[in-house]
Amino acid sequence: MAKTIAEINEKIKKGEAVVVTAEEIIDLVDQKGLEEAAREVDVITTGTFGPMCSSGAFINLGHPQPRIKISRAWLNDVPVFSGIAAVDIYIGATEMAEYDPLNEVYPGGFNYGGGHVIEDLVAGKKVYLRADSYGTDCYPGRQWETEISLDSVKEAWLYNPRNAYQNYNVAVNLSDRVLYTYMGVLRPQLGNANYCSAGQLSPLFNDPLFKTIGMGTRIFLGGGIGYVVGHGTQHNTGTARTQTGAPIRPSGTLDLSGELRGMSPRWLTGYSMVGYGASLAVGIGIPIPALNEEVVKAAAVRDEDLIAPIVDYSLDYPQGTGKVLGEVDYAQLKSGRIEIDGKEVMTAALSSYSRAREIAGVLKDWIRSGDFTLTQPVDLLPCEARCDSEEVS
Amino acid sequence: MMVRHKIVLHFPHEQVGKPVVSKLVRDFDIDFNILKASITPREEGILVLEVTGEQKNYLKGLEYLESCGIKIQPLSQDIKRDEAKCTHCGACIAVCPTEALTIDRATMEVSFDDDECAACELCIKVCPPRAMEVHY
Repeated sequence: MAKTIAEINEKIKKGEAVVVTAEEIIDLVDQKGLEEAAREVDVITTGTFGPMCSSGAFINLGHPQPRIKISRAWLNDVPVFSGIAAVDIYIGATEMAEYDPLNEVYPGGFNYGGGHVIEDLVAGKKVYLRADSYGTDCYPGRQWETEISLDSVKEAWLYNPRNAYQNYNVAVNLSDRVLYTYMGVLRPQLGNANYCSAGQLSPLFNDPLFKTIGMGTRIFLGGGIGYVVGHGTQHNTGTARTQTGAPIRPSGTLDLSGELRGMSPRWLTGYSMVGYGASLAVGIGIPIPALNEEVVKAAAVRDEDLIAPIVDYSLDYPQGTGKVLGEVDYAQLKSGRIEIDGKEVMTAALSSYSRAREIAGVLKDWIRSGDFTLTQPVDLLPCEARCDSEEVS
Repeated sequence: MMVRHKIVLHFPHEQVGKPVVSKLVRDFDIDFNILKASITPREEGILVLEVTGEQKNYLKGLEYLESCGIKIQPLSQDIKRDEAKCTHCGACIAVCPTEALTIDRATMEVSFDDDECAACELCIKVCPPRAMEVHY
């Protein structure tokens, strides 16, 4: 029996909606069968929390007197992009504080970057703004130094051009030296295998063919409310897929935005990746309307059915050879040990599964309380893949 | 009674060149495993040891070390986790050599057992939210 988003929203407003997490739906389908589970459930909540470098925030600072057209600016010594209107800036998550020695003392610590500025802002802290300008007739101000906070600025929007990657590489190191990567520290000769996805809880693994998540979908973002703007950068849906439609390589991505006020440092956390750079860990939760059996079946996917590629970060990734050493499923990855070429290799995650679980729970509570209703996407996201089993690998 | 302890020895400048630890083995029958050793720019030495031996020999050994002007601290005070900062990602698991940092596979939360910690400090920089702290 198919449902519409409008019907589901009616139930949410009455406090009658049946909401389960992407973990709970697995057991429910097991116990009651797909047909019954799809009839009973209205919404399935997903979650993910991990470093997402392609994140940042647009801020309108409001004008000082006299007005200023900012040419260059820094927040806590982290340079921001100011090549837009007078007091609009964009702070990117990976931008480093100007005094940071980067990798000159290798491996660098990258202790404070744009991601940390964003964390400080949502924590309610004051951040030091320094700006200069060449001055114009309409904007005579040349210098501006002041403390800003989320209360003092006009607008502040988290704007992340690429988040919530649908699947990701498992990074290993075949070389003889330690590697410091955006996938963490990789010890030599297959010392460890690092992965970064919430697997069965991850938003795009639960809607692998973008049947419900689209432009305008309202989401949990950084602890507040956000929206799917569209597909993210590097969105690539032409990848090989499993029978349920889940890609076996990094695939779709999302472009997300939401008001920074209302977000929290628990869900927007500045990260320092030793020897690599700064980033921002972003918490995202996306509701999936249980429209029909097909949607519920896809959302009931389990870790053992989700496959990730193992990639060597000493040669194949940096050189872009495209070579994949092997494949592994997320249940194996989460067990803590996988086997590569007959060798037992320990695994470590960069994506926090316990936080992903917490997000799916929070979003479930929001929906059950009637505070959070679902949105009809304005448009669906581009998807080259189709879900007929002949086509999938 | 046999005892096993992890201790941090702080050597003053004038003791750094002396074979203090080998005397522990010879005169007090204490086994040791060096977990970490370093000399600071001011030429003070820090030595992290796991020592095993008879309780009475261990206590005598400590007395001897103290008589040499060496300050002794139990190791467990040295590495701490800021619980509020830890995001339970698990990046530290990959580098921790003693399995002091582990993940509970049911909750998928990272736990830190300071009894197992050898204070190697590998986790300090590897932790993305910088939740692991070193205190000497």
